Order: sequence, then C-alpha cells, then structure tokens
Amino acid sequence: MGILGELFFAFAKIGVLTFGGGLTMLPMLKHELVEQKKWVTEDEILDYYAVGQCTPGIIAVNVSTFIGYKKAGIIGAVISTLGMITPSVVIITVIAGILTTFMNNVWVASALMGIRGVVCALLVQTVITLAKKSIEDYFCAFIFIGVFVASFLFSLPSVVAVIITGLLGIFMYKIKEKKRKGREK
Amino acid sequence: MIYLILFYEFCKIGLFALGGGPATLPFLMDLADKYDWYTKEQLADLVAVSQSTPGPLGINMATFAGYHAAGILGAILASLSLVFPSLVIIILVAKFLNNFNEKPVVKGIFYGIRPAVTGLIAVSVINLFEISLFDEVNGLTKLNVPVAILTVVVFFLLQIKQLGKLHPGVWLLAGAAAGILFRL
Repeated sequence: MGILGELFFAFAKIGVLTFGGGLTMLPMLKHELVEQKKWVTEDEILDYYAVGQCTPGIIAVNVSTFIGYKKAGIIGAVISTLGMITPSVVIITVIAGILTTFMNNVWVASALMGIRGVVCALLVQTVITLAKKSIEDYFCAFIFIGVFVASFLFSLPSVVAVIITGLLGIFMYKIKEKKRKGREK
Repeated sequence: MIYLILFYEFCKIGLFALGGGPATLPFLMDLADKYDWYTKEQLADLVAVSQSTPGPLGINMATFAGYHAAGILGAILASLSLVFPSLVIIILVAKFLNNFNEKPVVKGIFYGIRPAVTGLIAVSVINLFEISLFDEVNGLTKLNVPVAILTVVVFFLLQIKQLGKLHPGVWLLAGAAAGILFRL
C-alpha cells in the first residue's frame, strides 16, 4: 500500500474511533501518528493543532489536512481530509436514513425526547467551558455580551458577527500590544 | 440547483465557523430559518445524533443537514463543501507561512472572534432550549416539565468531577433510556 493509501486508512481509523472532534481527538492522533506510525513528533502535532485552531473549519480535519500535506503534498492533504470525513459521512447517512423511517415509532420518539434533554445539559456545559477560555479581559466580555444581545434580540447574521469582531480584534490586539510594550520599556 | 446552493452555503460555514464543531451550530440555525431543508426540531435531533456517533461533530452535523436537504448526494456534498475552504487555506498556510499562528493579525482576529463565537453558540443553545423543553399546546407554549427536570439533573451531575469526564455517549444513552422508561 502506497503512502496515499496509508494516509487514507490512518485518518479513517481515527475518524471511526473518536467522538466529538476537536481536542478529544488529540490523544487518538498522538497514539496513531506519533507512537504507531512515527510520521510526526508530539511537538509537531501540538503545532498543527495551534494552526488548526487558527484556521477556519473543523479543527480535527484541519490537523489531518496539515499532516497529509507534510507527508505527501497537495494530494496527501486531500486524501487525508477525505479519510477523516468518509466514516462520518457513511455512518451519518445510514443513521439519517434509519431515523427518518422510524421517527414516528413511539419508542424512538421517547428515546429522542430523553436525548434532547441530555443534549441541552451538555451544550450548556460546552458554553461554560468556551466562555472560560475565550473571555480573557473586558474587551472580550464586551464582545461576548454585544454579540449575544445582537444575535438574540436582532437576529444578527452569524457571518456578519464574525467579520465585524475579527476586524475589531485586529484593532484591539494592536492597542493591547502597544500598551504591553510601553509597560516593558 | 439545490446542489449549487448546498455547496455555497456549506463553503460559507466552512469559511466562517472558526473554532471547530460547535461553531457550526449558529450557522445551521441560520440555514433552518432561510431554507425548508430541516426544521429547528430536526436540528435538535441532529445535534444529539452527531454527538453520539463517531467522527468530528461539525462533519456529522453537515452530513446530516445535507441529507435532509437533498438525500445521499446532499450528505456527501455538504461535508465536502464544509472542508473545502479549510483544505485550500491549510495548504496555502503550510506552503507559504511559517509561524502562521504567531502572526499579530491572526492573533488579533481570534482575540475578537473567540468571544463572539461563544456568544453565537450561547444564543443557539437558548434556541435549542425553546425547541427541546417547550411544547406548543393549543397555541400556548408550555414547559415540558419531565424533560426540563432531566436537563437540570444531568447538568448538576456533570458538575461532579468524575462524572463530568464521562464520555458524552454515556449521557446520551442514559437520556435515551430515561426517555423510554418515563415515556417522555
């Protein structure tokens, strides 16, 4: 099996064996790619994660794209990305097909009601974790509250919110850095 | 035509959903308002299924949404469109930019966007609350008390350290069991 086949199946395996994506995939990526395949070092994986978080899209997929590119160029990047998403696409398509058929079954409907209750609790937990990580000062708190109010009360489109706050972020970061440098002098 | 719209909408999500899986949720909410591909109730189930199946959350949600919009082809197209922008950007970054994530502009963008995305996700969660915990009976909105109690109980259990580390799938299974047991 050539390197492309190896890349595809390595990432497909990670896609099948991990739930949730993002940081939950880190231990699995380390195990497969650092310890088993020895394609990258642990430091490199952490670097790729840092980049994966600072580029648009799904973090775990971004990391697989990056490693694929490093191993086998553009084709490697494409194949690794496809490897990562193929299991999800197959599994979800099957489940979506089954669910649409059995949605009206009493048992399935009851189970889904219970699951919805749990999902609400899990999502509140996610928001709390994200808020702790992302709100680091008054500016961040201002952005959080501003976007929350604009989106909740005035249905501000998400894309507009991302563009405006990205620009504000560049501006405020410059000021913050200037202040920091001023203090160091 | 539907395929072109799917490609456009999911590329847009792939480009603007910074911060991974949960960040796609507000954009999927926007889509539910804009098109009749799926209702917000279905979106609530979609989130549940995506969390309890393998693979990255964002890809699972896009696949599911694409399936509702246009069947199997829609599912494949939606997930491919979602990863397309980041694929291009990562290749460019890997080729031309060293220390990309150390650049002041990149740091600045994320300094502003991270709290914004948290705010957007918080609003989506409130919307999901309305859908999951409230029923409409004869035009009046009524709290579904048993499901609400389940949510509160699970939330407090999650604050216990050992339980908080449990796999989300365990909680979702427990939720399904509770749903069947109490005929929610």
